[in-house]
Amino acid sequence: MKLTVNGTVHDIDASPEMPLLWALRDVVGLTGTKFGCGIGMCGACTVHLDGAPVRSCSFGVGSAVGKSITTIEGLATSGQDHPVQQAWQQLNVPQCGYCQAGQLMSAAALLAKTPHPDDAAIDQAMAGNLCRCGTYVRIRQAVKLAAQIGAEGPHGAGVAR
Amino acid sequence: MTISRRDFLRVTVITGGGLVLAVSAPGCGPKSGKVSEFDPSIFVRLNPDNTVAITISKSEMGQGVRTSLAMLLAEELDADWNQVKVEQASYHDRYGDMSTGGSGSVRDLNLRLRQSGAALRAMLVGAAAKQWGVDPRECRTENSFVIHATSDRRLHYGALAERAATMPVPADLKLKPKSEWRLLGKDRVGVDVSDIVHGKAIYGLDVKIPGMLYASIERTHVFGGTIKSVDKTAALAIPGVKDVVQIAPVGPDINLHAGVAVVATSTWAAMQGRKALKIEWDLGPRVTESTDSYRAAMMASMERSGSEVVNKIGDPDGVLAKATAVISSTYEVPFLSHATMEPMNCTASVKGAMVEVWSPTQDPRWAAASVAKALAVDIKNVQVHVTLMGGGFGRRLNPDFSVEAAVVSKQVQQPVKVVWTREDDLRHDFYRPCAVHRVDASLGADGMPEAWRHRISTPSIDVWYGDKPKPGWGPNEADGAGNMSYRIKNRSCEYTLLESGVPRGWWRAVSTTHGVFATESTIDELAHVAGKDPVAFRLAMIDRVVVAQPPDFAEFPFDPARLKGVLQTAADKAGWGRALPAGHGMGIACSYDHLGYAAEVFEVSVANNKLRIHRVVCAADSGPIMNPTGAKAQIEGAIVQGLSATLKERITITGGGVTERNLDGYKLLRINEAPLAIEAYFVETDAPPTGLGEPAMPPVAPALANAIFKATGKRLRTLPLEIQIA
Repeated sequence: MKLTVNGTVHDIDASPEMPLLWALRDVVGLTGTKFGCGIGMCGACTVHLDGAPVRSCSFGVGSAVGKSITTIEGLATSGQDHPVQQAWQQLNVPQCGYCQAGQLMSAAALLAKTPHPDDAAIDQAMAGNLCRCGTYVRIRQAVKLAAQIGAEGPHGAGVAR
Repeated sequence: MTISRRDFLRVTVITGGGLVLAVSAPGCGPKSGKVSEFDPSIFVRLNPDNTVAITISKSEMGQGVRTSLAMLLAEELDADWNQVKVEQASYHDRYGDMSTGGSGSVRDLNLRLRQSGAALRAMLVGAAAKQWGVDPRECRTENSFVIHATSDRRLHYGALAERAATMPVPADLKLKPKSEWRLLGKDRVGVDVSDIVHGKAIYGLDVKIPGMLYASIERTHVFGGTIKSVDKTAALAIPGVKDVVQIAPVGPDINLHAGVAVVATSTWAAMQGRKALKIEWDLGPRVTESTDSYRAAMMASMERSGSEVVNKIGDPDGVLAKATAVISSTYEVPFLSHATMEPMNCTASVKGAMVEVWSPTQDPRWAAASVAKALAVDIKNVQVHVTLMGGGFGRRLNPDFSVEAAVVSKQVQQPVKVVWTREDDLRHDFYRPCAVHRVDASLGADGMPEAWRHRISTPSIDVWYGDKPKPGWGPNEADGAGNMSYRIKNRSCEYTLLESGVPRGWWRAVSTTHGVFATESTIDELAHVAGKDPVAFRLAMIDRVVVAQPPDFAEFPFDPARLKGVLQTAADKAGWGRALPAGHGMGIACSYDHLGYAAEVFEVSVANNKLRIHRVVCAADSGPIMNPTGAKAQIEGAIVQGLSATLKERITITGGGVTERNLDGYKLLRINEAPLAIEAYFVETDAPPTGLGEPAMPPVAPALANAIFKATGKRLRTLPLEIQIA
């Protein structure tokens, strides 16, 4: 079957019932999308399907054929980091970082629909993404910073590399 | 600070892929304190592209250790931070204790890394001065360059490395005073953050090696269960399945559960094959154990003296017997799972007597030793490569997942990645023990505590790993309770072991997660009964610890002034005592954990049975702070994870195994339940630095419960709290 991931078409051999997550990781070879629970409860596996966030652990790869899949590896476009990637770095959001691909994909999907979310909107959109290290307070701040970056273009707030 | 050359370091150059300055410093490796032969433990690679690569021997699990440790060395070396790279050390004896836990990385490596950086810097200066024919004292260093200002000459470290290694090791070294720090004490984004946000960071689960197969293992769901028979026909018929192999149980030190591994060409195929297995189990002797049976036994033990008296001062029993009023409180906590976001996994390749393992491990040496033992090979033939890990919290100290992968690879004679499902991970953890605490206390005429008797029953962590109970386990299990720092004339702590087949392990902050809940809640109850302010009540009683403690660190004595310092700071920053909106309550708690001091104030409200945490203020003292943004992250993380445990988490045992299956049953705190604000303040006492991974965790449960009491008048003593709020 043919799978379009981050703008590239991959011809892969997998059973259509195989979750998109494992097809991406084990067959296509993109490991940025993470396995957390396998039942759509943690959000670590979040990718975009035609721009909408889906839990790839609970979504058969066969149903993704003919759609445009975006993973964390494809979130930056033409060398330019997505505002959420910039904000996450400026505020040093990740701790272990394992859940952050899913967090970033959910945040990017939120901002595409709601360019300036308040705390309640952020909580609602991000409640499906667990973080065991406890980065939630910084995630709220980073989504707001990303909203600003998206509106104003990149700026230099935050901490040094 | 001066370090004599005699017991310090030696430096040499290793070529190949840039110049490596290898430093042998005392206290690393098995010959601790003596450098009898050159056995370097710290490596600094000066690459031709001007990057400086520092080898880090501790594991990264989100605590930021690859950043903070590199900063320590880079500061004294005056390296250009933007050109610093971190290389992860694979297991080797020369690194000494590679285990990452107990909030010990900065504490243990601070001096060694800084001394090494300072020595290398001095030798690079010496090399430049020699080349230029100038006095080294006329040279300075900045951003990986040695600079001779008067002649306007500069040389990059990379160009000096070879000559530097021939320079004498400085006879004495002066470390920079804090006032001269350029890197330390300032916010630095984690060295792995860029890779993380671009999906490039490689965790254990992301390891891929040529010819690798994937395995999923069905393990006994009853602890101690064994396999009677396996029918693998249907599993082998699943497309992609290559093999089905059995795993024999191994005792508690390694703790492999009896299981059957399905090996396939993809993770998904292995999982499908596993579903098709037909296994007949022998459930073993633990099948009658349950949360209910444990609770009954622990509650019964509260009615009698403990089987071990951890410590005793004065005559608490006598005073309590005569007291007009005894305040008696019983606290209960459940087993907890670590629930790291990355489930356990490991990749192994066994070829004859040679073993190579890629493991997200907090303890590469324990992993290597256990693999060697299980496969009956020499540990010298076991390589352990340490990957990034998606959370650790103590779970990944254990070698079980590493050994499992090696055992499967050996049987199928191919490289194998063993992937645990979330169900596997939740049901085969090393759990934070369940516990019951009872404190009986009485107040004197002055309203201050006169007697305090603290009884604890819990299945011991130490007994789990040691296999056999023995006297003297008490102080560890009673940490945060038996050694609490309040001056009470008549005081005792008693401990009764609960027999249990459930594996126990170290869960972030360990025993203080329940000991401090009991003590700091009771202190609050007593202050309320006495009609005293909870902050003043505590401040009046904080004293040096005079009772049995877990093994301590002589260089880091407990200082009551530091505990008072964080308590007062947290109270001040939170505006303790100010008027609050109707329905709001403020609670406070403090603790001394892993050599760090922390106090927290929670402001909460409960409306329509819904708890809202408006603000959490934490003051912590672990000495000087190396990377403030990372240090604050550890406080924020400990508070959020502590809240998750306090409000939601519970492992229930039924039929000798874990009832909860996945994250729908074992609930973790989500962003919409997280505090609206967390503020972290550091009281940077001029003391040797200690770690911050754990100290902010223990005050969370009691500070929250104390705040809920203020807001609602309801005293909650059983965790998780959520079920009682609703």
